[in-house]
Formats: sequence, structure tokens, C-alpha cells
Amino acid sequence: MFAGLDIQIPRGKVTAVMGPSGTGKTTLLRLITGQVSADSGEIQVAGQDMRVLSRTELYVLRRRMGMLFQNGALLTDFSVFENVAFPLREHTDLTERLIRQLVLTKLQAVGLRGAAELMPAELSGGMSRRVALARAIVMDPELLIYDEPFVGLDPISLGVILRLIRRLNDTLGITSIVVSHDVQEISTVADQVFLLSGGKVVAGGAPQELKTNPTEIVKQFIGGLADGPVPFHFPAPDYFSELMSRSEEP
Amino acid sequence: MRKSRTLNLGTGSFVLLGFAALFFLTTQTTSHGLAVFGPAHYQVTAKFDNIGDLKVGAPVSMSGVEVGRVTKIDFDSNEYKAVVLLRLNERFNKIPTDSDASIYTQGLLGGKFIGLTAGGADTYLKDGSQIDFTQSAFVLENLIGQVLANFTKQKADEQAPARADPKATEKTK
Amino acid sequence: MIGELWENFTDALEGLGSVVHFLFRLVGNTPRVLLRFSLISQQIFNSGALSLIIIMLSGLFVGMVLGLQGFQLLQRFGSEEALGTAATIGLVKELGPVVTALLFAGRAGTALASELGLMRATDQLSAMEMMAVDPIQRVVVPRFLGGVIAMPLLAGIFSVIGIYGAQLVGVQIMGVDSGSFWSQMRSAVSLSDVTEGIVKSFVFGVACSLIAVYQGYYATPTAEGVGRATTTTVVTSAVVILFLDYLITAAFL
Repeated sequence: MFAGLDIQIPRGKVTAVMGPSGTGKTTLLRLITGQVSADSGEIQVAGQDMRVLSRTELYVLRRRMGMLFQNGALLTDFSVFENVAFPLREHTDLTERLIRQLVLTKLQAVGLRGAAELMPAELSGGMSRRVALARAIVMDPELLIYDEPFVGLDPISLGVILRLIRRLNDTLGITSIVVSHDVQEISTVADQVFLLSGGKVVAGGAPQELKTNPTEIVKQFIGGLADGPVPFHFPAPDYFSELMSRSEEP
Repeated sequence: MRKSRTLNLGTGSFVLLGFAALFFLTTQTTSHGLAVFGPAHYQVTAKFDNIGDLKVGAPVSMSGVEVGRVTKIDFDSNEYKAVVLLRLNERFNKIPTDSDASIYTQGLLGGKFIGLTAGGADTYLKDGSQIDFTQSAFVLENLIGQVLANFTKQKADEQAPARADPKATEKTK
Repeated sequence: MIGELWENFTDALEGLGSVVHFLFRLVGNTPRVLLRFSLISQQIFNSGALSLIIIMLSGLFVGMVLGLQGFQLLQRFGSEEALGTAATIGLVKELGPVVTALLFAGRAGTALASELGLMRATDQLSAMEMMAVDPIQRVVVPRFLGGVIAMPLLAGIFSVIGIYGAQLVGVQIMGVDSGSFWSQMRSAVSLSDVTEGIVKSFVFGVACSLIAVYQGYYATPTAEGVGRATTTTVVTSAVVILFLDYLITAAFL
């Protein structure tokens, strides 16, 4: 899938990863989180080589990461409170009081403390993503990964998530990786942007730099142009000859 | 966490019900259960020349009343006899030590069972006693053979003085 | 044509290997999961207690039919008194384990498959992995064990209710002597009959639960995938149950 991909994600900053559909942005995330292993090459997270980790070591490493899935991926049988409390209950021996305080604090950070008793089915898309975010930060991770967090959100919810990404990154002093299509939006909060295409990085740098990047694919992506290196037409035989051959049928 | 109480209650009841069902099946539908939870018992042995197709679990009766069960069938290689272990109900503890144990057939073609006929002794069977007077199972082939043998014998006897009763049964001591 | 058949065959073989591998994984994780018994007990409730109604109803009707058919058949030989024996042996050795297992696959098996399939489709399993919680331990093994424990209990309940159903028809309606019904049964049914039934229901429980959780866990993460997982669960469970039934019956002979 990738050929010669070389990315360095800086610590403590918000990094956006963008690219046309199918270039493997989600696969990149899976490589970082160890859900998928690389055929060749090296992946280093927090100084550890992902390939040599055992299952237990991988789990230990994952506790330092938080991931926000595209659709929130809340556990449907548990309430909002229980969802956020889940990592605490599984990995720590904290008392109920402490857990309660922690959960409410995190929910407050995402603005949903009042929704603690609701069930996931009762939440809107934006709300469930915020709950998932609260859950992702409950163990105070060092790395936060967002997989397409803006998909299907209305402008207000989108703005909320954007603000949260930036604010959490700064107040918690963590590293954030955001995979997204929304060029305009993510450029407002990202410190650095990588554009993937054809299995490698075609552009990288501060958001402003990308806007002035002369590469064709970058221009098409940033400008949202219908045609360019990513063609408008799906490969098809010659138009005229296909039309003509059809009309010859009795 | 609140609904976990009713949940546990439900699970507990279900498991209890399930085990009760299994318990019922193993004890109430088979002959084994009566031994485990029935009234107190004592065991006696009896040796037979031939037990026919007597099976473990076959009833032991006296005057037609069931007083126990056959619990084990073994073979004595010193005396070349079958050793049958009888478990008798403690309620019937006045069976004389000189009683007779015979193997009968239920109905015409049913399974075998052991019938006890009371003797006249003053001492009674207790746990570990042995019944000395036994009568083997009725084996059809033997009877036919016997009848044929006696038939030919009778013919020969017509030329000779009186004979002993051809239907003598052997009492084993 | 041959090529296709061969491919199907190798696919099936691969699938079988995958399932067995999964079974070992589940069994390997069992000791750790036993420490969190509350997870298992919840699943025993879901697979067992919630299936009670259908099992009991079915047991009653099957028992009653047995009573009816058995009586009619035995009447031809003048052995109506043996109805107790016939019904009990039929239920305990065959109908109890098999029918319960089929019903279990339909009710509990599909529930397990669709639950896990849905969790797969909505990324809940991946989310757990990301939170460093092993979904196999947290979610799959409890469901598997819940099914394995519930099955023999359900089969036992089915058989017991079935016997009473047969008695209802035979004694109360058809006039078989109650004493003969039970005493003949007691002398003819042996402990090995009952153990055969228990062994069968245990093995069926393992098979059905395994198939259900496997299908759900490895379902294609789409709505269609979940649906397919549930139907495959029922179909595969049914065939495997009947096949194992033959094997175990032969083994006990």
C-alpha cells in the first residue's frame, strides 16, 4: 500500500494527515497503533519499534494512546458515564468516588457532564464523538489519534470538535494526529499538515505553505478541483466508439 | 450496576433449576438414585453356579415384595461361582440366615430377579452376611438337555428297578 | 467445475482450521476470565435464563407427542406400561440434547453472533483493543462460557419437562398406570443413559457457542455481514449438532 513513506510526527503538536480517498490514511493509523503490522520498514512510537513488541507490551503502549474512531465506537450496552469509566475500571483499582470524579471531569472538558446518564443510542453524532473523546483522554494519554472526526457533523458540532482538539492538545501537552478530509477546517488548528497520495507523502509543512505549494496533486486537493492528477473520469473505453457500438444493436 | 441484582437472581434461579433437573434425571429416573438417598441399607452376598442373564440393578424380592437390589456381580475364581452382592433395605432386617436365594424370571420372557424364601433360623442376615442356600438361574438349554437325558434314561430304566426322582434339584452347600 | 469444488473444499478446510484455532484461543483465555465471574454469569443469564420459556414450552410439547406416539406404538405390542421407559430414554438420550441444541442455536446462538457482529461493525471491538482491553477476554470468552454452561442445564430442563409431558398424556389421558410408568422407567433407564445425554448436551453446547461467537467475531463489518453471520450460525450449528449426535451415540454403544 505504501511505497517509501517517510513521516515524522512531531511531539506536542497537532499534525493533520490528509489525502484522497483510499490512499491509506486509516491504514497509517492502524500501523501506528499496532493493529496492523508492516511488511517492511520501521514504525517507531515513543521510541519503541512497533514490530518487536509482544502483545502485552503493545497493550502497555496503547494505554498511553487514545483513539477517536470515526463513529465514536461507544459500547452500546453502557451509559455515557460507564463508557468513559470503562478504561479506568479495566486498568485501575481506583475507588468508585475517584472514578466518578475523573469521569465527570473529563465529561466537563468536552461539555457533556450533564449527559452522563444517557445511553449511546440517545446521543447525536456530535455528542457521541465527544463522549468518545472524553473516553480517549480519561487515562491521560500522551498521544491522541483522531480518525476522520468531522465526518457527517453539522458546522456547530464541527466547530466544537475542532476547538476541543486544539484545546486538549495545548492544555494536556499531548501530541495529536488528525486524519481528515476537511482542508479548511483542519488547517485552522493544525501545526503541521501531511498530504498523502500514491503511497507516499507528496507535501508536508505548515498549513499556509500547502496553499502555495505548486505540485499538481496538492493544488487539486487543497483547491478542491474536480479534475487533475486524480482524474474525474473513471477509466473507460473511448466515448465515441462506445456510443456508436450501442446504437448498432437492433 | 443496579440491574445486576435482578440479573444475578435470574441467573442463580436458572442454574438452580438446571441442576435440579439434572439431579432429577440421574436419581429419579434410574435405579441408582434410590440407593443414594433412599432408606438405610445393608449388604449380603450370595454365590451361584449360574446366574443366567441376571443384571446389576435387578430387584431382590421376598414373597413378591421388593426388599432390595442387586448392586454388584463378581466372579469367584477359586470356587468358580458367581458372587452376587445384594443391597437390602434396612427395614427388612429379620431375614433368617438359612434363607434360600433363587434366581427367577419376571413373567415368561422378562429379566431375571432374585427371590428370597425364608428359612427357620433364629439369627438374621446382617451387613456382610452370606446367603448359603442358593439356586441357580433357569437355563433353558440345560432343562432340555436334562429332559432328553432323562427320557433316554427312563427308557433304559424300563428294564431295571425303580430310580430316583428325575427332577432332583441340587442343593448346593 | 472440479476447480470450484476443490476451492470450496480447501476453503472449508481452512475455515475448520480457523475455528479450531479460535477454540484453542478461547480455552486458553478461560482461566483468566473465570476470575471475573460476573461477566460469565451475565452471559449465562442471556443464553440460558432468557431461553427458558422456549425450552420449557418445546419440552412440554415434545414430551406430549412422545407420550402419544409412544403409547400408540407400544399398544401394538401390548406393552403400554413401558411408556415411561420409552419416553425417558428417547428424551434423555436423544431429543433432549438435540432439540435443545437446535433451539439454542436459533435463539441464543443468533443473539451471540449478532451481538458480536454488531460490535465488530461499529468498531467497538477495535476501540477496546485500542483501550488496551483484550476483547477476546472481555467480550468473547464470557459469551462462549455462558453458552457452554447453559446448554446442559437447558437440556436437562427440557428432558424433565418432556417426561412430565409424556406422563400427562400417557397416564392422565391414555390411562397408563402411573406406578408402572415410573417403576418400569426406574428399572430400565440406567445411569449411563443419563450421562450420555449430559455428555451430548455439553458437547453440543461447546459446538454451538463456538460457532456463534466465531461467526460474530469474524463477521464482515457491515449490516449485511452481521445478517449473514447469524444465518450461517444457525445452519452450521444444525449440521454440526446432528453429525456430533451420531458420533457420540456410536461412541456410547
